[in-house]
Amino acid sequence: MYKLWKSTYKELLLLSRDFGGLLVLFIMPLALIITITLIQDSSFKQLNNAKIPILLVDLDQGNVAQEIIKNFEAAKSYQLLTELEGQILTESTAKNAVLSGDYQMAIVIPPQLSSDLEKKVTQNVNQILSEFGLEEENSVFETVEAKQIKLYFDPALQLAFKNGVMSGIDQMIAKLESKYIYEAFQEELATDDEQANPLLSEGNFVSFVEIDPLEGKREAIPNSTQHNVPAWTLFAIFFIVIPLSINMVKEKNQGTFVRLRTNPVSYLTVLGGKTITYVLVSFVQFLLMLAVGVYVLPLFGLPGLAIGSNFMVLCLVAIFAGFAAVGFGLLLGTLASTPEQSAPFGATAVVIMAAIGGVWVPVFMMPKLMQTLSNISPMNWGLEAFYDVFLRQAGIVEVLPEIGLLFLFFLITLTLAVVFDKKRSLV
Amino acid sequence: MIHINQVSKQYPGAAHYAVQDLSLEISEGEIYGLLGPNGAGKTTLISMLCGLLKPDRGTISLNGHTYRQNASKIKQIIGVVPQEYALYPMLTAYENLQYFGAMYGIKGADLRSKIEGELAYLGLEKFAHKKIKTFSGGMKRRVNLIAGILHEPTVLFLDEPTVGVDVQSKNVIIEHLKNLNQRGTTIIYTSHHLIEAEDFCSHLSILDHGKIIISGSPKALIQQMPAANNLEDVFISLTGAALRDHV
Repeated sequence: MYKLWKSTYKELLLLSRDFGGLLVLFIMPLALIITITLIQDSSFKQLNNAKIPILLVDLDQGNVAQEIIKNFEAAKSYQLLTELEGQILTESTAKNAVLSGDYQMAIVIPPQLSSDLEKKVTQNVNQILSEFGLEEENSVFETVEAKQIKLYFDPALQLAFKNGVMSGIDQMIAKLESKYIYEAFQEELATDDEQANPLLSEGNFVSFVEIDPLEGKREAIPNSTQHNVPAWTLFAIFFIVIPLSINMVKEKNQGTFVRLRTNPVSYLTVLGGKTITYVLVSFVQFLLMLAVGVYVLPLFGLPGLAIGSNFMVLCLVAIFAGFAAVGFGLLLGTLASTPEQSAPFGATAVVIMAAIGGVWVPVFMMPKLMQTLSNISPMNWGLEAFYDVFLRQAGIVEVLPEIGLLFLFFLITLTLAVVFDKKRSLV
Repeated sequence: MIHINQVSKQYPGAAHYAVQDLSLEISEGEIYGLLGPNGAGKTTLISMLCGLLKPDRGTISLNGHTYRQNASKIKQIIGVVPQEYALYPMLTAYENLQYFGAMYGIKGADLRSKIEGELAYLGLEKFAHKKIKTFSGGMKRRVNLIAGILHEPTVLFLDEPTVGVDVQSKNVIIEHLKNLNQRGTTIIYTSHHLIEAEDFCSHLSILDHGKIIISGSPKALIQQMPAANNLEDVFISLTGAALRDHV
């Protein structure tokens, strides 16, 4: 115990003398969490508040174009432009403006779209009615060609945005088509009273309502901070792998590890001192990041972090996440011979674990294989435990499986580190 | 005290043995020198004696214990002063010694008095609370020595303890080692300083190509070769004048 305490004290002394290392350990994660949350929040706000300019080439000048314009304006996120520098937009100028990256997208509505759509719908309705004997069977229909609404997208535009816009326009057209169909029926059936025809009544038959499953139990409504702080806190905790493994490689290069190997002290005690120190560091990181979430992020106009009533459980998750990160760092430090090996490998491994663990993209959105792989990422276990506590108000019993896995990961990596060292030390 | 019996060591991928079928007895209270040109096998042999390397063949026992059977017992009685400084540059001399002393289980007032005594003996008391990174080579060498002897080892292994230091530091180190030996510590020492070894060692072996080519007291070795005036002459006549650089 005495040797373990002295090893821990030595590690604390070494850390306290390394100003650059302390900056990396404490300031960088804070900078990371503020930057990421600000970026994510500002992107969100941008989508909500700022208007995205969209070029509209209206060659139709009919109802369809009016409907599209009306819907885009109703969305409040878009600003429709029909002219550039005082010139009415043509398809070619709109296309060039998008390709040059000045605008994100352009919509070209073909000529006679409204009239042809109406014609086509009327023809279809008449055909249906004639099959029921309500219309003359030998009506001659004019051929109406299929129309295309052209969409030009900036190649750099994200796929999710593209898909969202395309699906929105698709819905608008579908709604318009339905409206025309109902109107055609109404006309053919000669019913002027809209109230009499329930098909034409305003409003959707099916609508959505969001029910909070934790109503009455929740103390805070989850916001972007509530989602971001746990994820990036965990990411920062795991970054401890880099300074820890470099610390170990340095000791090997200084010769102090060789001296320790000739001393009557076990490798486990040496690693124990590092474990206590770096778990302590990761816990302080966690507390600082919580403090940033609660006190600093609101200063940037971001929503504050609501900690809830399970602070102790949160601390427990952070400590066990720290153990998992330290275990990985000890293994890496044991295996690596140079900082050039440990630092890039450690950084890349942490980024991969974060990606697999769902820090950037939610696990359910990943391909099947990656969803399976996410189950083996300690970052996923930690993140789930944090979300359980932050967003689902879980208690200690609910997070036991996750913290159990995190501790198991620590034990496995620590054992591997000791075994590899034994093999290497050869005595 | 130390029995080395038919010990061999070959590094993975190496064409030759670093140490081959080497046998040696070192008695209690000796200052035993292991001399030889670069690549002769001195550091490999001392690493095996310290428990840092495992021999491929043969046995090594210290005070009747082998590393295989009782490594912790051996580690309690040996002290090691490696060729590299093996200190934490960001810690002070006192903090370094406190840590390495604690690893031998020395505590409290006993540890403090040992550190202070050794620092004073080697002229470092004024610099006790300065970081190692600010020390000169000679000062680091002296702290490196203290870290290996704080626990008053029965057997002390020294790998070139005076390399790269000025004459003053060298004299203080050698004097201190002689003192330790008089108090009962057996010393096993490697060096390229043949004049220093001739004066310092009670017994020595010259190694080449992983084998002992001659053993005896410095005086006896010089007397064995009529043309030799000193240990350096003996060394050159046995190992040749050709350069021994290799990678």
